[in-house]
Amino acid sequence: MAKANLDHPTLALVKVAFTDIKFKATEFRGQTTLIVPAERLHTVMRYLRDDPECDYNFLSDVVGIDYLGYPAKTLGRFAIVYLLISYEHGRRLAVKVFLDPTVDTSGIEPDPALEVDSVTDIWPGAEWPEREVYDMFGIRFRNHPDLRRILMWKDYPAHPLRKDYPLRGRGERETYRVLDRDAS
Amino acid sequence: MGLETAIPTDSVLTTQLNRIINWARRSSLWPMPFATACCGIELMSTASSRYDLARFGAEVMRFSPRQSDLLIVAGRVAVKMLPVLQRIYMQMCEPKWVISMGACASTGGVFDTYAVVQGVDQFIPVDVYVPGCPPRPEMLLEGIMAVQRIIDEENIPYDGEGHRLPLEIALQPNYEPRPQPAEVSIGAT
Repeated sequence: MAKANLDHPTLALVKVAFTDIKFKATEFRGQTTLIVPAERLHTVMRYLRDDPECDYNFLSDVVGIDYLGYPAKTLGRFAIVYLLISYEHGRRLAVKVFLDPTVDTSGIEPDPALEVDSVTDIWPGAEWPEREVYDMFGIRFRNHPDLRRILMWKDYPAHPLRKDYPLRGRGERETYRVLDRDAS
Repeated sequence: MGLETAIPTDSVLTTQLNRIINWARRSSLWPMPFATACCGIELMSTASSRYDLARFGAEVMRFSPRQSDLLIVAGRVAVKMLPVLQRIYMQMCEPKWVISMGACASTGGVFDTYAVVQGVDQFIPVDVYVPGCPPRPEMLLEGIMAVQRIIDEENIPYDGEGHRLPLEIALQPNYEPRPQPAEVSIGAT
């Protein structure tokens, strides 16, 4: 496997701007990923948008990943990936955050370890993707203006894209009222 | 003897009241298309000129459940969509019939996941199932003709507990099955 080519210009910039953070970075087929500690995510994201040399003015998507059962070693069980685009410089950058749960992941119990700062104050378009990550993975976003489920219904008892959730659910699709011919 | 002898036979037809009511109902089914997936495309094709649902009096697609009497569930139903389907069913006036069109509406199809209803008949009454993925327009026409036969039967038999008994009108293929391909050997024998 070829060595990762880390000559993305933004990497050098963040290294200089945040000397106290230990960043990690990977590259695969020209796509560079910057791995940021969760507690400093918001500061770094603010810098990536506001610094004129970075100028990532467009947040393309926010996605979650569950690495349970992943064949290689990862830095944590869950990851959030922020896909950034700079129209000014014509650059793309993925910013990744790893999180490890401290609470049993089979339910919907809030987990203080699965929390990051919302970036909706930096890119307002992050609101719905962050709601989707919350809905599917149970990762909460601090200071999100409206953190509700977006796809599943309100009382859904799980976060279904977690890998320890069975594909066919736990009977949620069967428990609904039944209409017979006399009901209407 | 009866009324027939007293009236002129060349201009008057006698029948039973419920037979003529059923004739009117079966010949003017107004479908409510609940099209959520690719079955809806076949449903549109069925209604358009090539297959011409109007031949069976069912061409008046009503997007208001109050005005329709045949609910065609065409496509997969997500669990979040199910209350909508049930409300539409409840809003339809009696008499009403339901066709479950396609594999997904009838069984969930390939979408065996936490979010998809595994057959709408678990939650609403279904009269006719049309198999296929998606069914050809001819199959949907057969399904609508099966509904017409259900209407013709009227007084659908009930068992002692108030459940409808099956009508036993599974449709038979109206074509001769082709012979299976003969065995082919490859290479020198």
